[in-house]
Amino acid sequence: MSEQHILVVGATSAIAEAALRLWAARGCTLYLLARDEARVDAIAADLRVRGASAVHSGPLDVTDFAAHEHAIGLAWTTLGRVDAALVAHGTLPDQARCEADGNYALHEFAVNGTATIALAGLIVRKLEEQGHGTLAVISSVAGDRGRASNYLYGSAKAAVSTYLSGLRQRLHGRGVGVVTIKPGFVDTPMTAAFTKGPLWASPEHVARGIVRAIDRRRAVVYLPWFWRGIMAVIRCVPESVFQRIKL
Amino acid sequence: MNDALQSWGRYPRARQRVIRLRDRFAPLPALESHALPRGSGRSYGDVCLDDGGTLLDARGLDRFIAFDPATGVLRCEGGMLLGTILDFCVPRGWFLPVVPGTRFVTVGGAIANDVHGKNHHASGSFGCHVRAFELLRSDGHRFTCTDADNADWFAATLGGLGLTGLIIWAELQLRRVPGAWFDTETLRFDRLADFFELSAQSARDHEYTVAWVDCTARGAALGRGVFSRGNHAAPPAGADAPRPARLRMPFTPPFSLVNGASLRAFNTFHFHRAPKLVRRASRHYLPWLFPLDHIREWNRMYGPRGFLQYQCVLPPATAQDGVRELLERIAASGTGSFLAVLKQFGGMPSRGLLSFPRPGTTLALDFANQGQRTFELLDRLDDVVAGASGAVYPAKDARMSGERFRQYFPGWRQFEAFIDPAFSSGFWRRVSL
Ligand SMILES: Cc1cc2nc3c(=O)[nH]c(=O)nc-3n(C[C@H](O)[C@H](O)[C@H](O)COP(=O)(O)OP(=O)(O)OC[C@H]3O[C@@H](n4cnc5c(N)ncnc54)[C@H](O)[C@@H]3O)c2cc1C
Repeated sequence: MSEQHILVVGATSAIAEAALRLWAARGCTLYLLARDEARVDAIAADLRVRGASAVHSGPLDVTDFAAHEHAIGLAWTTLGRVDAALVAHGTLPDQARCEADGNYALHEFAVNGTATIALAGLIVRKLEEQGHGTLAVISSVAGDRGRASNYLYGSAKAAVSTYLSGLRQRLHGRGVGVVTIKPGFVDTPMTAAFTKGPLWASPEHVARGIVRAIDRRRAVVYLPWFWRGIMAVIRCVPESVFQRIKL
Repeated sequence: MNDALQSWGRYPRARQRVIRLRDRFAPLPALESHALPRGSGRSYGDVCLDDGGTLLDARGLDRFIAFDPATGVLRCEGGMLLGTILDFCVPRGWFLPVVPGTRFVTVGGAIANDVHGKNHHASGSFGCHVRAFELLRSDGHRFTCTDADNADWFAATLGGLGLTGLIIWAELQLRRVPGAWFDTETLRFDRLADFFELSAQSARDHEYTVAWVDCTARGAALGRGVFSRGNHAAPPAGADAPRPARLRMPFTPPFSLVNGASLRAFNTFHFHRAPKLVRRASRHYLPWLFPLDHIREWNRMYGPRGFLQYQCVLPPATAQDGVRELLERIAASGTGSFLAVLKQFGGMPSRGLLSFPRPGTTLALDFANQGQRTFELLDRLDDVVAGASGAVYPAKDARMSGERFRQYFPGWRQFEAFIDPAFSSGFWRRVSL
């Protein structure tokens, strides 16, 4: 396990960075894709000091769909093979603005939904060619049910979760794993404006769960674990009742 | 944004906006009023508080930048915890040259208070091992400081209480060690004079020395305590690293658990449990250097009103009489902490304009906040310290007067010119009045 080659999309996200530190400490070879090159370089230097065998990086704006193929292809040729890939980019759309501004809503859907699906599809094709490897994608508990406060984000994540579920079924028995990560509330810059309560987890905690889920090639992981129960209850509430609840 | 971050002493309280920094290339955020950099909040009083202002929480600046395994030169961002550095460098045969009594402080915080450790007599303060750092000012200007380039800024920022600008990264010189362990010795002493004798003897052969004193003892037993000393050592055969802390003070009790009765009982017990003659032991660095880190959030023990730490240093000429007088006043008051610490500082000069460490003897202890009574006691201790030409440590202070501060830190006049116009702290507003 120690010489794993790992590709991360959205490497500057707090959760991705925390996961990368765990892989660096294991001496993995890493490839980082993100939009902000200066920040990626700072993270890459950190990971080298922490013990990564090698760290490479490339620029990628996930909404630049035409650039996906080239960026992923380059990562692949640089790494030689990819044992695990993590797709971790995302934004937290302003729901009120989504309601007022259709273009903004579609753009946010593209970042959190379409781009993720496009990248997952691309990566999985390469893993299939290679004959082994695991794809992990950060979806969200928000995709389990649409809530008034963030249903644009939720619907994009629902599309991602459903897509991954189909992908996993298709690839069953073919040596390629697909892991859906569903974090609950995570205390990151994305959620800086929220008041934090006992349900909030740290990026480090979530990252440990992700690395473990990839090692064990789990199918769907809720992080922290208790969200599985919470969401099971929330999914059971009949729509006629759910529409009256404020969430 | 609504966090009311506290300091370690949980006194005083402050309302402040918190902005978390993560990107070392980014400019400072737009500020509405005054602001203050913030590390882990392991300072006790108000040097890390900015009531009515903004805290620039630097903990997200926690990346390594470069490490040279041949020379032990480490460059990292200012929000990195010393504990993270130790986790990284100890297995590689390196150690931080100076550490305070807790691992949960940041590099920026360690520089801004120019912290000291149990090895001050051998290695000086933290700032003695800082090779360079980058300072970011609120006007967007950023520059590197060393003792050759921008030397005046270098001196102002070591011990500069976060007021000269944000420390973005720092370069530290680590030291070689044979492993994660210490050869230690413990023995008890019966009176204050013995502490001075033991310190003088031990300084030659032991890099780390510190003493616990029974702050409840009076009369002939005044200043009795337990002396510990040690040196870095290779691991003993078959040694395992200790497991990290699992204990936590689960909630804040409605009143302080530290009172006259519990203090006397604990101190007497602790003194008599210690060996009369030297006891040798091999100890891992975690429990030996950072015993308090074992219980998370032990500061809750002092109840909702929090507590005040008092740490002072008295120069060699006045130390013995001065410490005696301080201990007499403390014992007579019947307050004070389980943990009172005495340590001899060495002669290695601090490089900061406002650095606290200086040759002499330092005494540190906590006092449950009992309002007026506690403040009056601490003012009386200040009288002794000022009379002995000593100083009180800003990192642990929440109440010294401006007059006293200026007396203790004559460098303040030069220092003022280096303060960032947008930066301020509760401490600074109090002492600069
Ligand atoms: C259990 C315990 C034991 C201790 N033992 C010792 C000891 O043995 N010796 C000793 O000297 N101290 C000791 N201390 C005090 C502690 O080491 C200092 O208060 C230290 O400065 C705390 O660092 P911090 O990262 O928590 O910074 P904070 O307390 O958050 O801030 C301290 C100061 O640093 C400034 N600052 C923080 N980050 C930056 C930055 N990036 N740029 C510019 N300024 C910044 C702040 O503005 C503030 O003025 C102890 C504290 C505790 C709780």
